Amino acid sequence: MKRLRRRQELWLGLLGVLLAFGACEAVGRAGGGPPPEQPPPYQIHAPPRGVGGGAGVVRRSYLPPASEVLARAVELGGDRAFLDGVGATLKAWALGLGLSVAIAVPLGLLLGSVPLVDSAVRVIVEFLRPLPSVALIPLVSLLLGTGTETKVALITYACVWPVLFNTVYGLGETDPLAKDTLRAFGFGRLSVLLRVELPGTAPFIAAGIRISAAVALILAVATEILSGFGEGLGIFIAQAGLATDGTRDVLAGVVWAGVLGLVINGVLVWGERRLFPWTPERRAGGRGGRP
Amino acid sequence: MKGAAAPVRNAARGPAAAGRAGGHVLLRLVVLVVAVALWQVAARAHASVYFPPPGQIAGRAHELWFSGPVGRLFLTDAAVADILPSLGRMAAGFGIAAVTGIALGLAVGRSRWAYALCNPVLQFARAVPPPALVPVFVVVFALGTPMQVASIAFSAVWPVLINTAEGARGTDPLRLDVAAVLRLNPVERLWFLLLPSALPRIFAGLRLSLSLSLILMVFSELLPGTADGIGFTLTDAQSRSDLLTVWAALLLLGVLGYVLNTALLAVERRLVGRGRTTA
Repeated sequence: MKRLRRRQELWLGLLGVLLAFGACEAVGRAGGGPPPEQPPPYQIHAPPRGVGGGAGVVRRSYLPPASEVLARAVELGGDRAFLDGVGATLKAWALGLGLSVAIAVPLGLLLGSVPLVDSAVRVIVEFLRPLPSVALIPLVSLLLGTGTETKVALITYACVWPVLFNTVYGLGETDPLAKDTLRAFGFGRLSVLLRVELPGTAPFIAAGIRISAAVALILAVATEILSGFGEGLGIFIAQAGLATDGTRDVLAGVVWAGVLGLVINGVLVWGERRLFPWTPERRAGGRGGRP
Repeated sequence: MKGAAAPVRNAARGPAAAGRAGGHVLLRLVVLVVAVALWQVAARAHASVYFPPPGQIAGRAHELWFSGPVGRLFLTDAAVADILPSLGRMAAGFGIAAVTGIALGLAVGRSRWAYALCNPVLQFARAVPPPALVPVFVVVFALGTPMQVASIAFSAVWPVLINTAEGARGTDPLRLDVAAVLRLNPVERLWFLLLPSALPRIFAGLRLSLSLSLILMVFSELLPGTADGIGFTLTDAQSRSDLLTVWAALLLLGVLGYVLNTALLAVERRLVGRGRTTA
């Protein structure tokens, strides 16, 4: 297999995006009856290629073509109310993620450096972790109502685990020689922790935060969709889903959610590369991104 | 993650660690019992409606789902009506996602051209928070099992697909050359070379997909308009402010999540072998 150059990869990627866009467009346009107001005649005479001869895959009112969705998504970028909603979602996201890091990193350092506490607390952790965080939405909304507090509490709960596990794992991976060297020179437990173990663990913590960032977005959107009122990206999607012809808005909201996820991930990956240039890619802890 | 970390730390702690291992198991058990006992005492002392004592929660779970006749494995009618549909939908969604993800991932990962072509689209698909897509499926399929299975499958497929593609891409070039020298046909190459070398990554993806499937299973059942499932039990109890049942459903989901994760890990250990799991 020949290696591809960076430029070629970029062009191929662009082509792939265009192909996917075209496919979505075709699926949308091939849909059954055109909307009642303005029947575009070309649809009847020349069904798009690749989709079974215009025999509708999905009704047009159901899945709008990709171009319309994209246009709507761009239009939403100038919509004050929508942007406020996205801001509210991002606020809950940032608060929850920040809180979970503030809880998980010290706890992870404690668990990772004191084996006795680790094996004691791990039981409880192992029983709390597998619970799908979304299932807590009904309970937490009963306790805290349907405001920002609920979102932040749920995000915090779900985001603690990846950061916690990556911190403990990273602590186990620090160089024993460096630790012993410091100890031999008479540094105390805390100094070793701050000077060797914390810097060595930082790349793992960062990888955990990157995973948690995606989880936080999932929880924020899920909570909003279920609560159904207030403001936020998920609420925009939920309300558009209830409207009679709101699929275009739903999909535009999904595009926004996807772009947010991509940007967040991109910024975090870039930050990791800037901050920890010495870490080889393969050591970067939890791979694969999602919860 | 744990499996890889343990040897390093045990080595650092020296031979004494082996002797302490038995003590640790005992300690864990003690801690668990003490924690549950503390919870029980605290909940009883507070007598809050929102935080019932664990004894009552377990009692409610038993009464709701596991007090049935022996012939039906102690399952009650409610268990058959709620747990089985949920599990079925999750199994279907996860199964579809796993099979499609592995097949497409191997196809995409085998050629650098296909990988470069698909990568941006895959990254975008993975970046979309899955719950945001559920309203789309509600519109396309209407409420019901097909919508739920589609939501689960569509959300869970990306981690498997991307991890499989990366795993297949990381196949040792030397081995590929050997395969070419041995004139392995494509099926043999897939079976003896690509699949084994991608297996650790495939399981890393499957684990992510499993937890996503569980999340989406619950989420799609929490939506208004669902008729059965564990998620429906949750919303139903929530609307009646029946906190005890809410907690019982959470307990059930936690146990379910634990069992499913453990089962997948066991399969992984068998197929991949100890010490080769990736984080």
